Amino acid sequence: MSVHLLVDFGSTYTKLTAVDLKKEEIVGTSRAMTTVKTDVLEGFNLALEKLQNAHPEMGDIEAVSACSSAAGGLKMAAIGLVEELTAEAAKRACLGAGALVEHVYTHHLSKKEIKQLKQSNIDIVLLAGGTDGGNKECIIHNAKKLADANLGVPIIVAGNKDAADEIDDIFSAATIEYYIVDNVMPKLKKLCVEEAKKVIRKIFITKIIEAKGINKAEEKTGEIIMPTPESVLMAAELLAKGHEDVEGYGELMVIDIGGATTDVHTIGEGSPKRTEVILKGLEEPFAKRTVEGDLGMRYSANALVSLVSPYEFKKYYEYHEENNIEESAKKRQDNVDYLPDTDEERAFDRALARICTDYSISRHVGTVEVVYTPLGNMYYQTGKDLTDIKYVIGTGGVLINSPDPKQILKEVNKKSDKKLELRPSDPSFLIDEKYILAAMGLLGQKHPKLALKLMKRHLK
Amino acid sequence: MYTVVIGVIGADVHAVGNKIIDHVLKEHGFNVVNIGVLSSQEDFINAAIETDAKAILVSSLYGHGELDCKYMKENMVEAGLSHVKLYVGGNIVVGKQDFTEVEERFKKMGFDRVYPPGTNIEHAVGDIKEDLADA
Repeated sequence: MSVHLLVDFGSTYTKLTAVDLKKEEIVGTSRAMTTVKTDVLEGFNLALEKLQNAHPEMGDIEAVSACSSAAGGLKMAAIGLVEELTAEAAKRACLGAGALVEHVYTHHLSKKEIKQLKQSNIDIVLLAGGTDGGNKECIIHNAKKLADANLGVPIIVAGNKDAADEIDDIFSAATIEYYIVDNVMPKLKKLCVEEAKKVIRKIFITKIIEAKGINKAEEKTGEIIMPTPESVLMAAELLAKGHEDVEGYGELMVIDIGGATTDVHTIGEGSPKRTEVILKGLEEPFAKRTVEGDLGMRYSANALVSLVSPYEFKKYYEYHEENNIEESAKKRQDNVDYLPDTDEERAFDRALARICTDYSISRHVGTVEVVYTPLGNMYYQTGKDLTDIKYVIGTGGVLINSPDPKQILKEVNKKSDKKLELRPSDPSFLIDEKYILAAMGLLGQKHPKLALKLMKRHLK
Repeated sequence: MYTVVIGVIGADVHAVGNKIIDHVLKEHGFNVVNIGVLSSQEDFINAAIETDAKAILVSSLYGHGELDCKYMKENMVEAGLSHVKLYVGGNIVVGKQDFTEVEERFKKMGFDRVYPPGTNIEHAVGDIKEDLADA
C-alpha cells in the first residue's frame, strides 16, 4: 500500500487525511489538538497514532504534504493609493494567497498608521499604488515611511513599475527584506496578482513557518507548502475546472464557517449575463476568496450578534423559547471549545451559522444598480454575478456536524429583501462530510486527477 | 507622453463619440485611459489619481451634463487634483441655449475649456497640447 499523508495544522486542530494512491481511496482521517505552544509535533504524533490505530492496515507512508493556519495563520497589511483601485487589488492579492488582511491603508501613510503597523502582529506588508506609468509619488512616500519604521517584516512591492528602481534604492539602503514584483493593477481596473501571490507563498514557506515555530513539524512532514485557505481555494479551482478526462463541476462556491472567520470562495467569471448590464469597478479574480473577520461561531460570536437586531435574529432562530442573545454569544466567545448540549443551544448555533452564511454571501457577491437613461433602464454591476452558480459546497465544523446542513446553506440563495445582490438562484448543495477540502488542495499539487476523483466521490 | 482620462459622464450611454475621441487622441500620441460610458465623477477622479493623468476630458450628449458636472472641480480639489486640467464637450445642457452663456457657466464651475456640439476633435487636440505644454 502506498499512502500519501495530508496534514493541515489548523488553529485548533491538526487534521490528518491518509490517501491510498494505488487503490485511489481515502484510508481514513483523524485529528488532535494543535500544540503550537509546546511542540507542534506532539499534536501531529497523537493524530497519527489515532489514525494508525484505527487503520492498522495502513502501512508505510510514502509521502507527506502539509498546509498550516496555526498560530494565527498568515496576517498581512495591504497598502494602495485609491481605496477601490490599487488598495483593493492589493487586498485581493493577499486574500487569494490565503492571508488574513489585518489592515488596509490608502493614500499617504500617516504617523498614526505607521504606529498601528508597528503594534500589530502582521507577517508581511504588500505595498501597491499607481498604475504602470501612473502615480509614483505616493508609493515612494510610503516606501520611505516604511523604511524609516523598520517593521522587521518582509515587504512586497507591487505598484507602479516606474517607481520600482527608486524603491529598490530606498529599501536596500535601509537593509529591509523586500521583493519587487509585478504591479497588482498595471492598467486601470486590470488585476494582476499572480506574481505577488507566488512571493507571498514563498515567504510563508521560508520565513513565516519558522517564525511561528511550526517548522519543527517539517522534520516529519517535509516542507509546509501553503497556508490552509489557499489550499482550499486550490481544491475548489480543481473541482470546478476538472483535470484531463475527468470533468469538473463548473462554476461553484465554497463556504467555510469557522470559529473565528467565515471564508467564501467562488470559482467563476461572474461576468454580466445581460447586454444592458455594464460592469463597474476593479476586475474580479477568477478564483475569488473573501474572509469575514466578524463572522465566526466562537471567537467572533459577540461581533456577529452585534450585527443583527434582536428582531432580525429571530428570523434565523427557529427555537420558540426566548433566548438572551448577548449572553449566549458571550458564553461561546469566552469558551471557544464550547459544544452545544441542548436543543436550544444547538438551535442557537444554527442561527449563528445562518447569519454567518447570509452576511458573508452579501459581502462576497456582486450587486446591480439601476440607472434610468433616456435610452431605457441600464444596470451597473459591481463584483461578480453568481446567479448561475451550480454548486455550493459547505465546510467547517458547524456544517459538517449539523443534522441538516442544507438548511444553513440555503441562506446563500436569492432573497426577496436583497434583490440587488447577485446571489445564486438555484444551486445544488454539497457537504464536505469528511473535512477533506484542504487535504485535496494539497494532494492536487502532485495528483490532481486523484484529488478530483476523491472530491467528486466524497462531497455529498 | 501625456496621460489623459476620457469618459462619458452620468446616465449617458453614447459610446460612439467616446470611441472617436479615444482613437484620435491615441493617434496624437496621448496615453488614453478610457473609462467608458455611464461614468461617475468619482470614476474620473479615481482613474486620474492612479494613472497620474494631466487632464480629464468629460463627454456628455444627453442633455444632463450640467447636473452631472456640478461640483466636479471642487471634488477634484478635495482629491488633490487641482493641477489636473478639466475639459467638457458635447450636448452639455438642456435644450438649445446660447453657447457663450453655457461656456461662461461651465468656466465658472472650474472647467478649463468647454466645447459646443459639432466641435472638430482635432481642434480640441490642439488646445490640449498647448495647455499641457504650458502646465
